Amino acid sequence: MGTILFLIFFPIIIAFILLVSKEDKVRDGVVKIAAAAIAIASVVVAVQFFSSGEKYFSFDGEIVSYVMMAIEVLLAGYIVYTSWKHKKYLVILFAVAQTCLMVWFEFTRGHGIEVEHNMYIDRLSIIMILIIGIIGSLICVYALGYMKDFQHHHADQKDRRPWFFFVMFIFLAAMVGLVTANNMIWMYFFWEITSLSSFFLIGYTKTGEATNNAFRALVMNLAGGLGFAIGIVVLGTVFGTIELSTMLLAGSVYGELVAIPAAFFAFAGITKAAQMPFNSWLLGAMVAPTPTSALLHSSTMVKAGVFLIIKLAPVLGMGNFAGIMTMMVGGITFLMATFAAVSQSNAKRVLAYSTIANLGLIVTCGGIGTAAAVWAGVMLIIFHAVTKSLLFLCVGTAEHNIGSRDIEDMDGLFERMPRLAAFMMIGIAGMFLAPFGMLISKWAAMTAFVDSGNIILVGIICFGSAVTAFYWIKWMGKLSAIVAGEENIQKNVHKEEWFVQGTLVVLTIGVCLIFPLISMYMLVPYLEGVFGGLSAMILSADNMIIMVVMVAAIVLLTGLFFGKSKKKVVPIYLSGVNEGDNRTFYGPMGQDVQFSLRNWHMEQYFGEKKMNLIGGVLTTIMIIVGLGFMIGTLVNLLGGVL
Amino acid sequence: MIVKMIIFIVAYLILAPILGGLLAGLDRKVSARMQGRVGPSILQPFYDVFKLFEKESVTPTRVQDFYVLIFVLFVIASGVIFFAGGDLLLLIFVLTLASAFLIVAAYSSNSPYAEIGAERELLQMMAYEPMVLITAIGFYMYCGSFAVRDIVVGSSMPFFPLIGIFLGFAFILTIKFRKSPFDLSMSHHGHQELVKGLTTEFSGKTLGLIEISHWYENIFLLGFIFLFFANGTWWGYLIGVVVCIATYFFEVLIDNSFARMKWQFAFKSSWIVALVLGMINIFVLYLIV
Repeated sequence: MGTILFLIFFPIIIAFILLVSKEDKVRDGVVKIAAAAIAIASVVVAVQFFSSGEKYFSFDGEIVSYVMMAIEVLLAGYIVYTSWKHKKYLVILFAVAQTCLMVWFEFTRGHGIEVEHNMYIDRLSIIMILIIGIIGSLICVYALGYMKDFQHHHADQKDRRPWFFFVMFIFLAAMVGLVTANNMIWMYFFWEITSLSSFFLIGYTKTGEATNNAFRALVMNLAGGLGFAIGIVVLGTVFGTIELSTMLLAGSVYGELVAIPAAFFAFAGITKAAQMPFNSWLLGAMVAPTPTSALLHSSTMVKAGVFLIIKLAPVLGMGNFAGIMTMMVGGITFLMATFAAVSQSNAKRVLAYSTIANLGLIVTCGGIGTAAAVWAGVMLIIFHAVTKSLLFLCVGTAEHNIGSRDIEDMDGLFERMPRLAAFMMIGIAGMFLAPFGMLISKWAAMTAFVDSGNIILVGIICFGSAVTAFYWIKWMGKLSAIVAGEENIQKNVHKEEWFVQGTLVVLTIGVCLIFPLISMYMLVPYLEGVFGGLSAMILSADNMIIMVVMVAAIVLLTGLFFGKSKKKVVPIYLSGVNEGDNRTFYGPMGQDVQFSLRNWHMEQYFGEKKMNLIGGVLTTIMIIVGLGFMIGTLVNLLGGVL
Repeated sequence: MIVKMIIFIVAYLILAPILGGLLAGLDRKVSARMQGRVGPSILQPFYDVFKLFEKESVTPTRVQDFYVLIFVLFVIASGVIFFAGGDLLLLIFVLTLASAFLIVAAYSSNSPYAEIGAERELLQMMAYEPMVLITAIGFYMYCGSFAVRDIVVGSSMPFFPLIGIFLGFAFILTIKFRKSPFDLSMSHHGHQELVKGLTTEFSGKTLGLIEISHWYENIFLLGFIFLFFANGTWWGYLIGVVVCIATYFFEVLIDNSFARMKWQFAFKSSWIVALVLGMINIFVLYLIV
């Protein structure tokens, strides 16, 4: 209990210290020490609760609830004020609606509801805390060096870095709170804090575009927040509880009724996990400095959305509309976002679409709601957090050193920044290739989809994974190209950046090597607790061993043979008119012509606009049908009572 | 059990390149006859590879050999998974890994011709992958297991319930065997190739190794065809082998009857086939199993 509270309050204290310290040196020191402390504390939490597994904490949280409500009202006031200033009236509508709803609920109904356990921890929370504590704080350390460069590039602007780091640490605290809250009102509070934090981080540069995108993120997340609030009201009114654990317990008996609030919570999760039709906020978030993107995509924000859906998994499933809505929205998003990624050449946008797609897969797993699907979903969360943060940080470093985040400009990165290119290749391999992480979970997901009996999803994952390989391999190819005569420019990279990326590379490979242990000691016991009975392993022990051996083999072969060829190096073939430098050929009229190579983007098949339109329409229909059905059931139910 | 598995693996490692090479030789012979030529000796593919191994070792980049090495090892490994009776999905993923490394090897030279080949290979991969995955899922749904060892001894022949998937798989085999009209990335027909496609920058031993790994690959791809007929009896296995040979020669016939098509056609038709034949078959399986 103490360590969990430490993980919530310590980052808040650090945040305030960072808010008032203007000196680079002070900030460097404080962030590094705080990051180490948070990472260690999260490991301590893991060790502490490893053997006990699930644990609920009961204490009187009445005062805390009121404090939270007061903060919520204040924040809502702030949102109304700034939205008014920027003429974003829809934001005001959502903010006022949900705050009034929550205040009304707490004073009329919430009062009478006894909350036994305000907080809890189980193995899923432990996994989330490890992700937040280790990866989140690594990103904060990386941000130190990155933000120095950033400030240098934007010297004309006011140095707002204290504010930046303040929000980063608040974010981490809110995430820890979110994954350990059992009282849904508390979770809602943390949920809103993460929405607001990402609003501040996205709008950090205060340019017109940044402000606009920040408001777009806010309005979509507040729409989700409104769904969350409605879910709480329904849960409290119909079931007389606001505890997550009680709700899930009730789900095993009154599955169809519990699906009503679950659908609203799932809707909130869908908005936060940037599923279509709400995916545009995550793409808009790309205007923010890269550490922000890394944080939003890997360990915080979007992971809060999928965490909630994974938590709800036992009450979702093929049997009710909440489950069908969730899995279909996730599946359609996975397919359409994957397609859209092909057409992109901006590295950050490719990463963003890949995040949206992977989250789609996790959401689908949660929607299917079987033990096997949840296994795949949680594995995806783990692998994705590690790998995606690595990739974002690599792209950020590349951007500052080659002056572009376009994949087409990464020609010959292997010559210019060999270490960075190698890191990036490892990250990319981690995203889709056997035997690395994401593929293992995709494999499990595929099996789970087939077993669920939803054949649309089976088709979606078959086509989706083929396209996934396409856009990653073409990026890998671009990086691997050895372009002659390039200069090595990687000495300008900050030490912190190397340290963080190096750690993430070790984690990426390390997680692949120890994943059978994670499965055995963390995930399977968790699933047994939630779904009851002995849950069968999705991947047989043989296959897991083969995967681990393959990872080891690839690492070993790379160490032994990479670039060690002793053969004579000859010029490439350019129809006999290679000028000798492998970049120019002897062209018509005796002119020297330099060639350049470009990748395929297949705009006419996978155009971004078209994919977003199709995905948006289909998912909107699914959500309207799903929520509509739930509201219908609710009205019916209340009508019966009256 | 384990002994049997080891025998199969060793037999595969030794026999697959011999069989694959002979098949390639027969292919050339039959093709020549179809075109009214005498054709080379049936052992010609072996002579070609031996000759490649005697060439001077040169390379455009020092990293290329590493990527090709991974490619070769993992193509062979996916065959081993098949003949050890392993998981079909695992096999497909390992094969994807191998293909990815071949493509990256071609990219690494930064040569325009190799890169065009690499991009086309990538496109072909995207074209056939859904159908390959659907094939594995079809077997799983019908036989209840992804493992080759379980499918082989299944009591009824998967061919009839999986007939759509069989046709779809045969369709994309044209891509996998690198036969016209879908030999976009690397072709045996010089007249319709851009230099040497994907393999433009490979030479000597490296090229020889790629050739040998294709022999390995072709053998276990035919193994997929075999699985459609395996029903645990000797006549089932016999039909399987006969259909494998028939399929291969059907592909040779197709190869000689068509000129190379545009990539758009290859991509669209493969996906339509996967969607129509594959997915409808999967749907039917849900109803009947």
